[in-house]
Amino acid sequence: MSRAPSLVARCAAALVLSAATACSGSAASSNIDGGAGSTLRAIRARGAVKCGITQGAGFATPDDAGRWRGFDVDFCRALAVALFNDADKTQFIPYTQQQRFSGLESGEVDLLANGTSVTSSRAMHQPLHFGPIYYYDGQGFLVPKTSRATTASMLGGATICVQQGTTTELNLADFARRNGITFKPVVMEDLRAAVSALAGGRCDAISQDGAGLATTRTMLRDPDAFRILPDRISKEPIAPVIRAGDDQWLEVVNWVFRVPVQAEEYGIDQHTVAQFLQSSDPAIRRFLGVEPGATDGFGLDPTWVANVIAKVGNYRDVFERNLGSGTPLHIDRGQNKLWTDGGLLYSPPFR
Amino acid sequence: MLRRSRRAVLLQGLALGVTAAVLWWLGHNAAASLQRHGISLGFTFLKQPANFEIGDTAWLRFSPEQSVGRAILVGLVNTARVSAVGCVLAIALGFIVGIVRLSPNPAASGLMRTGVELMRNTPLLLLVLLVAASLHALPPTERALHPAPGVFLSERGLVLPTLRVNGLSLWLGVATGATLLMRRSLGRTGWRTAVTAAAVAWVISLMARRPTIELAHLDGFNFTGGTTLSPEFAALVAALVLHHAAHISEVVRGALLAVPRGQRDAARALGLSRFQVLRLVTIPLALRAMVPLLATNCVSLVKNSSLAVAIGFPDLVSILNTAGNQTGHNIETMLIMMAVYLSLSLSVAAALNRYNAVLLAQGTPAQ
Repeated sequence: MSRAPSLVARCAAALVLSAATACSGSAASSNIDGGAGSTLRAIRARGAVKCGITQGAGFATPDDAGRWRGFDVDFCRALAVALFNDADKTQFIPYTQQQRFSGLESGEVDLLANGTSVTSSRAMHQPLHFGPIYYYDGQGFLVPKTSRATTASMLGGATICVQQGTTTELNLADFARRNGITFKPVVMEDLRAAVSALAGGRCDAISQDGAGLATTRTMLRDPDAFRILPDRISKEPIAPVIRAGDDQWLEVVNWVFRVPVQAEEYGIDQHTVAQFLQSSDPAIRRFLGVEPGATDGFGLDPTWVANVIAKVGNYRDVFERNLGSGTPLHIDRGQNKLWTDGGLLYSPPFR
Repeated sequence: MLRRSRRAVLLQGLALGVTAAVLWWLGHNAAASLQRHGISLGFTFLKQPANFEIGDTAWLRFSPEQSVGRAILVGLVNTARVSAVGCVLAIALGFIVGIVRLSPNPAASGLMRTGVELMRNTPLLLLVLLVAASLHALPPTERALHPAPGVFLSERGLVLPTLRVNGLSLWLGVATGATLLMRRSLGRTGWRTAVTAAAVAWVISLMARRPTIELAHLDGFNFTGGTTLSPEFAALVAALVLHHAAHISEVVRGALLAVPRGQRDAARALGLSRFQVLRLVTIPLALRAMVPLLATNCVSLVKNSSLAVAIGFPDLVSILNTAGNQTGHNIETMLIMMAVYLSLSLSVAAALNRYNAVLLAQGTPAQ
């Protein structure tokens, strides 16, 4: 609090000089007392989980009634169910890629579930923690079906449209050098310009993250004339992000995000969870909280795991509802299959 | 009087103090938040490998393992290329349109007026996007227009044969051209000798090392060999030229109308034709009024060339954005951007101001 007078003085000066924006950022960050449990206390006092998202088809979009829907949104709702047994006790704040970290750091949201990739530089240089990886993505290519390229390495000499981003151009140049081929990049600031360039034949391919390619494909006038090449030229593991310094909140996020994965592994889904409550399998009984001890920490309801599965679903429910073959995106499960099915999703045991 | 001047000094001192305080506060705030995020300022990142590719590099060669500084240089050359071509073409087109607008033919002047109003009153970004989108209508590479050997026009741009000339011959050619222009300063006899000597040396060097012509051919996705003029470059230049030519034509028209009528009447009375009056009397006199405004237009063309990011032309802004994104040195890249645009604009303005001073030294029309 010793900084308070100078801060007040500076804010006053800032208001006078109508440069209030820079000041409000630093003022907000000093409002967070930090430390273990502070986020949970703030959420309980507020009665809602505040979740930073980035708008995108299938991941976070408002429906006709203005209710947020999507893959990222469902994981945020799982947190609300775990804490309040109510999927609607959530507030969603849409961010651009540039705003997201300052939004989290200033305390405007409790977590980001917006497609942020886990990277060492972020973990080491920024005051934040990553939760469990809940979506495995990677940069790929969208090409016309008539293209001579059926794999990424056959794109040598091609013109590739990319949206200016943090690592898109880097990944592309790295891939070319690794494979001894060359690309001619056309770098657009706006994705729509890249889409019209691909449709017009100016580019042989668009390169971006796999989930983004699925969305981009739906933006084309004739999506069926284009296909996504199977190769992934980068690793983009998507995980929730929280502020550093609150271990309790980190554990809550960790274990809530793992519930849908473990539920799918046990074969428990949204519709069968009630029957599984009568299961005699001791592991399932511990998982669902029928037998206490494994999941009853941090003042959570003993039945929170069963509640999350009933109200949000297991991983397959969430994936198919938002991204799978029943949706316009048609995203293949790919690496996002369970480890038992040859994918990468693996939850540590609930015991 | 004394009291008034003292008050003025006090007010100005106060204004200066407030400005300094604001600057200090902004700088302090930025420094504090940079420190909080553990970011340090510095320009050593310019020596790091760029790790990204650039699609259109003109005659400079670039590959991802070269430095960030080199990438920025490529962007600067691209900006300068667009600005130089754009400025020259905009002035040329602006002159033609401005003169035609004053023609007694109502169809011609009306048509020009419509065009000028359309260009002046629509956002430049819209024009840039429109031209870029319309270039997508060009045929794909396999069905490229092929009017002459090595010349292809497709949606990938205009591909021309490359003339590979030995370095020495290139410079001798430039020297020959330069001596041709130095007639006044060398004197008639000296000039003839110099031109002949340079031309002979040039021809001999060309004979010794024959220039080769490299023809492009379709290889997979794109043409290889030859020189490619990218559609983004063409679209950007075309949009900038159309927009600024419209503004320049108004400058030209105004300046021509400002030449006193007596000058033109006197020239007509001497028996000069209408075209001769324009060329020998009206335009030279009008130039004095228009050069400062042409300079303004060229400076804003240089700055407007940054709309390149919208259509994917790798200009200075586009490359600095990528470099900033990739290295995290956004503040430094912003500073470079400011410094470069400031010096580009000031040098364009300085060059045209110098030309203006030369014109003014030759005298102004009698009013």
